[in-house]
Amino acid sequence: MQLSTRHLLGIKELTPSDISLILSTAEQFKEVLQRPVKKVPSLRDVTIVNLFYENSTRTRFSFELAQKRLSADTLNFAASSSSAAKGETLLDTVNNILSMKVDMVVIRHSATGAPHFLAQHIPAAIINAGDGINEHPTQALLDAFSIQEKFGDLKGRKVALIGDILHSRVAQSNIHLLNKMGAEVVVCGPPTLIPKYIQSAWNVTVSYNLKETLEWCEVANVLRIQLERQNQVLFSSLREYRLNYGINRELLDGLPKPVTIMHPGPINRGVELDSDVADSHQSIILQQVENGVAVRMAVLYLLSNRNNA
Amino acid sequence: MKTILDHTQYLAAVDSLAQALLAKHPGLDNTVLVGVQQGGVVLGWDLVRSLRQKPGLKDLDLGLLDITFYRDDFRTSILAPDRMNIPFSIEEKNVILIDDVLFTGRTIKAALDVLLDYGRPQRVELLVLADRKEHRQFPIQADYVGLNVPTTKDQKVKLITAEGGGQNLILRDS
Repeated sequence: MQLSTRHLLGIKELTPSDISLILSTAEQFKEVLQRPVKKVPSLRDVTIVNLFYENSTRTRFSFELAQKRLSADTLNFAASSSSAAKGETLLDTVNNILSMKVDMVVIRHSATGAPHFLAQHIPAAIINAGDGINEHPTQALLDAFSIQEKFGDLKGRKVALIGDILHSRVAQSNIHLLNKMGAEVVVCGPPTLIPKYIQSAWNVTVSYNLKETLEWCEVANVLRIQLERQNQVLFSSLREYRLNYGINRELLDGLPKPVTIMHPGPINRGVELDSDVADSHQSIILQQVENGVAVRMAVLYLLSNRNNA
Repeated sequence: MKTILDHTQYLAAVDSLAQALLAKHPGLDNTVLVGVQQGGVVLGWDLVRSLRQKPGLKDLDLGLLDITFYRDDFRTSILAPDRMNIPFSIEEKNVILIDDVLFTGRTIKAALDVLLDYGRPQRVELLVLADRKEHRQFPIQADYVGLNVPTTKDQKVKLITAEGGGQNLILRDS
């Protein structure tokens, strides 16, 4: 069993059997993380650079921990404290780093397509850790892993993606993945935050009604309101957003069956999600974070094959 | 393809391995069994079934050990891992490592590396069904051997599931 690709650029580029292979490998890595020695020697001859041109806590720590648990050597690069601040281009930065014999590059960038650009120009394996408003594939994989862990299977699952769909690379990767694995997807949010042709383009159902969506779904993946990506006002105030699309305890208690709550983080508490929902037993937000390490270990492990180069 | 042990002979070999194990560790006191994926797990469960018939051993369990992440031929091909599950502590225990065929010794070397990440056993012993002694590449030998199988390097010795579901030990020319 091998992946059909030598990079992880997006879920779009993966086959259903690639996704299954990553998820089943991640299960074994999750077992590794429960051992007294939470580490395997698999990648001890591999050097990985983490290029973060955009801020991140969870994803960067998660990748770094995954690399350490696999015994890889790692380099961390944060754009704000590097030569990028002096005007060095992305390709120059990466070529300089590669001349130090780096095998894999994990990249997060505010420009859509930055990982794809690198994949065309350099020989290392590229892993997309979030590019602009395009994709965040490892987040979708860990969301899928968490759903599968809770429900046993992705096929036929009813999953709602709620909130800022327009700016969300997490939403896009999730939609591709859930579609490929046979789950049903509803996107829900204010009309200004849902792309116009999403229903016909991506085989999802659009709803503007939060209560109806929650009554339908088994899993609600609640997305962050991305204030930093809005250059025009798409809703009038956070308070108004909260009133129409914020998930609170009262709303959940009025539903016919319990809904599992997910969130990719960081949470705007009191906006898209109230604290007593985020911290309740219905929420698997912290399990998502834990599973993130195992899923990223699986991705790094499966892409580390030298013969693919 | 040549059959070395048919299913009846295989079960007899498993029974005599169980006897040898009990002769050294009466009642399997302070002793746990761990099978190496995949052949060692098949053999391990057959051994457990045989041992469970003895007094005081009806709840005997088997640990499953997978060496995929510890292989020394990593990155020549990436292999999907098998299930790993050690449902008991190995700390200060006698661990009986079980594999179907002992060949170069590399699998067992990796299996020992895996095992030590689960704790510090008092002692580790190796039980194998078939020993291909002459091809050893590491200083590793088994404590319990079902049978010695003289082979050439290119031949393969495998535990397979024959038609009808029973295990057979077979020899194949590459």
